[in-house]
Amino acid sequence: MPRKTEAVDDTMATDRPEIEIRGLHKSFGDNHVLRGIDLEVARGEVVCVIGPSGSGKSTLLRCVNLLEEPSGGQVFVGGTEVTDLDVDIDAVRRRIGMVFQQFNLFPHVSVTENLTLPQRRVLGRDKARSAAVALENLKRVGLADKADAYPAQLSGGQQQRVAIARALSMGPEVMLFDEPTSALDPELVGEVLSVMRVLAGEGMTMMVVTHEMSFAREVADRVVFMDGGVIVEQGPAAQVVGHPRQERTRNFLNRILDPAAAGAPADDGRRPRAEDGGSGTG
Amino acid sequence: MTSRLTRRQRRRISQGIQYAVFVAVLVLIGVLADWDRLQNQFAQKDLALRLFPEIITTALRNTVIYTMSGFLLGLVLGLVIAMMRLSSVAPYRWVASVYIELFRGLPALLIFIFVGVAVPLAFPGTEIPGGTYGKVALGLGLVAAAYMAETIRAGIQAVPKGQMEAARSLGFSHARAMVSVIIPQAFRIVIPPLTNELVLLFKDSSLVLFLGVTLQERELTKFGRDLASQTANSTPILVAGLCYLLVTVPLSFVVRRLEARADKAV
Repeated sequence: MPRKTEAVDDTMATDRPEIEIRGLHKSFGDNHVLRGIDLEVARGEVVCVIGPSGSGKSTLLRCVNLLEEPSGGQVFVGGTEVTDLDVDIDAVRRRIGMVFQQFNLFPHVSVTENLTLPQRRVLGRDKARSAAVALENLKRVGLADKADAYPAQLSGGQQQRVAIARALSMGPEVMLFDEPTSALDPELVGEVLSVMRVLAGEGMTMMVVTHEMSFAREVADRVVFMDGGVIVEQGPAAQVVGHPRQERTRNFLNRILDPAAAGAPADDGRRPRAEDGGSGTG
Repeated sequence: MTSRLTRRQRRRISQGIQYAVFVAVLVLIGVLADWDRLQNQFAQKDLALRLFPEIITTALRNTVIYTMSGFLLGLVLGLVIAMMRLSSVAPYRWVASVYIELFRGLPALLIFIFVGVAVPLAFPGTEIPGGTYGKVALGLGLVAAAYMAETIRAGIQAVPKGQMEAARSLGFSHARAMVSVIIPQAFRIVIPPLTNELVLLFKDSSLVLFLGVTLQERELTKFGRDLASQTANSTPILVAGLCYLLVTVPLSFVVRRLEARADKAV
């Protein structure tokens, strides 16, 4: 709580968006990955970022907590300018949870220690308090019984849920998800998405880079479609995924939904489902 | 003509030849070598027994002390140089690279002599603390650090990039992430090669031979050689050698076990 007291502009911040991105550019050498992104995420809002690979969506997410240093533009999180060179970036990152495609659990310590180590080293919580917070968050993701296991002993889905619990243990105001289910076997995707769904229901501010269109449609307040380093289209999920206005969005959705629609019947041949094909052509 | 042989026949012939060569060499050595003289010179039982317990309590003990102190110094210095090598400050990287190339490129013996001569010259009036022990630790440590720095650097770089990103995104500073997350994992990776380095150091400690040491400071090689010249018999050399093997063979075994375990873990 002491962190809150410093924020005199907290009253102003409440009507400011939780994440504010202005004119963001990012280049890797000659590769101009982000070409002027403006985006706001309100408190409690769930925004899904979709787009073809190489469209810059992961880079956009990584610019929010400065894992990538933007080449130009500004990023604000909770009213603090992240891109300000004088800002204490470690302090800002404590308020931003991040979940990675590859989970990135610490393999040399147990599940519980994965959750307690950052609390103790970064937040200075004592052993008992950090353990209590860890257990509480493991319960949230349904893995309290794995507290003493090591990451390597868990399935991918379980590892990712632990990674979410680890981020939540720091008490973040915002959660960033960078393709959280892309490295998972298909049968493990559901358990991770349902944890995220609960989190969204609890009012967490979330920015999710994903290829899971059903998740985006169901959970996202807003869907942002990116291509070629710019935002091509954004709006309510039902509109962007269901009735895209832009040609590029339609092409992308056709590519991503049709193979799935065509592939699924090949597996359980007798029962072709109309649902997916219908939405694709929207 | 060979094409008419079956694979089984060919295998049998090939193995037969290899066994024959092996046996022939053994027989040749057994017949040609003068075993009596060898036994006289290297395997005098009562002479060997007289070496005990001093060869253990003084010589082996000193070898272990020299090795461990050199190893610990090398480990600390090696870690520092590895961090310098990975630093974003260019001069640090240069210094580290020069150090590594220099000390890996020079014979350890030269460095020993250098430490004995140059340090008192460079810092007049100062003695290397610990006398011979300090000198040996410094000499071995300087050499070991160069090798260990490269090993540790490779270990740190073998830790996936995502680990640092995860730690940073949780609010760890770069230094804290290194200490709490990266280095513990890197050490797991480098334990087998570092143990290997320990075996090498254990043998290199014999270079103390070339520094003047008192009777109480003698390690295995010096001890063996001194007693060999005193008794005009080489048995002490053989016993000293066996003492080395007593330590190095189990250590090598441990390295193999560690490597096998590391392979399994990845």
